Amino acid sequence: MRVMVFVPADRNSEAGVMPSRELISKMMQFNEELVRAGVMLDGQGLTPTSKAKRVRFSGAERTVIDGPFAESKELVAGYWIWQVKSIEEAVEWLKRAPFDGGVEVTIRPIFAAEDFGKEMTPELRHKEAQLREEVGRRQGS
Amino acid sequence: MSDATQETVAAVWRIESARLIGALLRMVRSVELAEDLAQEALVAALTNWPTTGVPENPGAWLMTTARNRALDHLRRQKMQQRKHGVFEAAMATEAMAAIETSERDTLASVTDAELGDDLLRLVFISCHPVLSREARAALTLRMLGGLSTAEIARAFLVPEPTMAQRIVRAKRTLGEARVPFELPPTAELRDRLASVLEVIYLIFNAGYAATQGEDWMRPELCQEALRLGRILAQLMPGEAEVHGLLALMELNASRLPARTGPQGEPILLLDQDRSRWDQLLLHRGQTAFERAQSLQQPLGCYTLQAAIAACHARAQVAADTDWHRIVALYDALVELTRSPIVELNRAVAVSMAFGPAAALELVDALADAPALQSYHLLPSVRGDLLFKLGRSVEAATEFERAAALTHNARERALLSARAEESRRRQTGAKAPGATPPGAKPRISIVR
Repeated sequence: MRVMVFVPADRNSEAGVMPSRELISKMMQFNEELVRAGVMLDGQGLTPTSKAKRVRFSGAERTVIDGPFAESKELVAGYWIWQVKSIEEAVEWLKRAPFDGGVEVTIRPIFAAEDFGKEMTPELRHKEAQLREEVGRRQGS
Repeated sequence: MSDATQETVAAVWRIESARLIGALLRMVRSVELAEDLAQEALVAALTNWPTTGVPENPGAWLMTTARNRALDHLRRQKMQQRKHGVFEAAMATEAMAAIETSERDTLASVTDAELGDDLLRLVFISCHPVLSREARAALTLRMLGGLSTAEIARAFLVPEPTMAQRIVRAKRTLGEARVPFELPPTAELRDRLASVLEVIYLIFNAGYAATQGEDWMRPELCQEALRLGRILAQLMPGEAEVHGLLALMELNASRLPARTGPQGEPILLLDQDRSRWDQLLLHRGQTAFERAQSLQQPLGCYTLQAAIAACHARAQVAADTDWHRIVALYDALVELTRSPIVELNRAVAVSMAFGPAAALELVDALADAPALQSYHLLPSVRGDLLFKLGRSVEAATEFERAAALTHNARERALLSARAEESRRRQTGAKAPGATPPGAKPRISIVR
């Protein structure tokens, strides 16, 4: 299974303050370990939300809102995509990460076709395939 | 025991087992013993952790436990062997000394280089040429993948006792052959590496194109092979073919979501909805391919196959495929492998680049190749070319032959359908000749 791991923003990451050299080196070590184990597929840090934009949807209206955004706990400062066998394996990996100070890091499994299981009947699958095809055609035209 | 703890133990095992076995192997120099000791540590974890809780450093806990068992075992052995011979007793003493030395370095303080060497040794021993390919694959999944015998048995569609027997015999063979535990010397490295790559690709293909049974693919095996390939690329970053194989697997795996239709039926490469290709894997595959190329070593067979896969990956729609380049890459691959199967693949590419008539000549020249006598893709490709040339009756016969030869139920259904399609066209009074304009090109092999 593939999971996405969200690292939340905090006051420092939002202020653009770089973590200490020690933490950076520990984090690099952790990343290397993930790569060496064949677990990490991707991972990036995100810039502070002062550089971000939001688009709000309401009926036909589209409103663009400029960052920074206030609710720093709900903001994301970085992510990983890991390939693991189970969410427990992801948990065991995450426990080894050099975080501290009460920060809560979230693991979310990414949907795979087989996760739709019984709800995803052959007919539904076919419909979804048709829909994708339709979308593809429109994008192509 | 609570399921949660069991799941945690399984997860820790998955992360730690290879380095645990690798470190134990360095100390006790017996695959059988190293694996047994690691298993004993696993059983101890399953017994203890539900009451004591999962230790803070589960890897170190497993290592200490296994090491203590190793010492117990060797002490017992030494006692017994003192009666029999000086040599064995000396071996046991040496092993105990090695363990006691290693006691100073907890798992955390083992250097990256040591850890890498432990894992590499394990890779090369699991894939030792003294073992059959099936035994190598099973042992690799067991010792490097941390898979249980039951899981490996299920993956290869054999009964669990058969697989258990295969693994036991493989470990015994290694012991009896007195396979050295050092890394292969430089002179042998390339040959030994070829054996490793072959096993990883065998595992990948067992998942990618299940040749037996109902399922067209068993994605879990693909994931295991990918993981092994990614690990190996880190362990041997200077070997182009390691990156070549990884690129090939990542690129092929990127097409997994598009390879089956709503009823689970196979969808061939040129008919696939490319918007369903996994972009992350595709990108990783291209990166691995670039790394293989950048090492400026002669292109090996995996890197060449990855180059072909990369050609497909670059084409946004099937019609954009650079078939001339693919033919050129197949030329190089034929040169390198002299394999009739590769020549058959080349013929398919030729049909796309230069038309079915040119390709049919090549395929007919392969008709007598012994390696292809019971290979379903030979009549399948021939049928396809005949179909495109408007020779529907002959095409139908070839598709029927192919359907009778394949062991995969899904593939058989696809081939039977094509036979029927050919028969229909024959009675459907369509003008014979080249493929009607607008008809989708079909390709049988390149997936």
